[in-house]
Amino acid sequence: MAEHQVTRDETAAAATTGLRGVAADWASDQRTFKDVSWGKAMMWIFLVSDTFIFGIFLLSYMTARISTTEPWPDTGEIFALTFFGQEIPMILIAIMTFVLISSSGTMAMAVNYGYRRDRAKTALLLLITALFGAAFVGMQAFEWAKLIEDGVRPWGNPFGAAQFGSSFFMITGFHGAHVSIGVLFLLIIARKVWRGDFDHGRPGFFTSKKGKYETVEILGLYWHFVDLVWVFIFAFFYLL
Amino acid sequence: MNDSRALSNSSGGQTQAPTANATGQQHPIGLYLKIWGWLFVLSVLSYMVELFDVQGTARWTLVIGFMLLKAGLIVSVFMHVVWERLSLVYAILVPPSVILVFVFLMVLEGEYVAWTRIVFFGEGS
Repeated sequence: MAEHQVTRDETAAAATTGLRGVAADWASDQRTFKDVSWGKAMMWIFLVSDTFIFGIFLLSYMTARISTTEPWPDTGEIFALTFFGQEIPMILIAIMTFVLISSSGTMAMAVNYGYRRDRAKTALLLLITALFGAAFVGMQAFEWAKLIEDGVRPWGNPFGAAQFGSSFFMITGFHGAHVSIGVLFLLIIARKVWRGDFDHGRPGFFTSKKGKYETVEILGLYWHFVDLVWVFIFAFFYLL
Repeated sequence: MNDSRALSNSSGGQTQAPTANATGQQHPIGLYLKIWGWLFVLSVLSYMVELFDVQGTARWTLVIGFMLLKAGLIVSVFMHVVWERLSLVYAILVPPSVILVFVFLMVLEGEYVAWTRIVFFGEGS
């Protein structure tokens, strides 16, 4: 055991699994995350910090909602849309949820085809993912416009507790910004895949490291995270 | 067939050598489609809660239950966490769970603030 911890041979240490493996990895005096590249480890560290940001947003929303003495607005009514003369509650938010989940599905497949070195399919799936993401942001813009028209402001609204507006704009705005940045990166990586950067190991303009298909997986981690955050927002802000 | 084998591999992954290797995460595409389908079903179910206007404890249980299932599927399969080494899994999952302590504290604090608002700014004063 002690020999494993000081050896330079990382594969030997990586062979240990379970809790013993956790202890060996963290105590190895080498890189802790054995079979994970730096790019992936750094993306995970960023995502954990982002989890805190969204976690604290939802937490402050919870605190505001518990502590206000005014009734909280009925989200089912506020986000209802009228189709063919019939009012359907929360329909736009439901569609947005399905769009984002579909984009997660296409992203997962893009990662898969990337590792199969299928350049065309990977690029196409990344573009479809970006398209879903853009559709999501578009629907969110529509939703914002509708609520602003209805008189919802960060400092008050006609439906109930004033904190509803500030929570709504803060949480969905921050999430929408994440989706928008994700769409931008999806387009950039789709272009790189299409150009064959990851097949020929063309150096990145910023990192000057050889391009490889793992980049698609790292981008995928970010995109799935954005979908994950929406799962929580959909449940806590819209449904409860 | 391949998919179920991959899944059962993952559940016992702690005792076996990890599937992930230098060439990256490679899993059958059918597995992703299956998870995608489940995410759709779970989303439909949580929308049903709104559509049929379920209220009270049942609403909270259903909505949070579906939410946790969806989150679990996304994190474990789409983000490949079940196939990662435990040291990374713990580094990802343990720190955010501390937020739950914060939630507990802020529930107490929020209730107290609501109480003071009712007592000092309420109609009775």
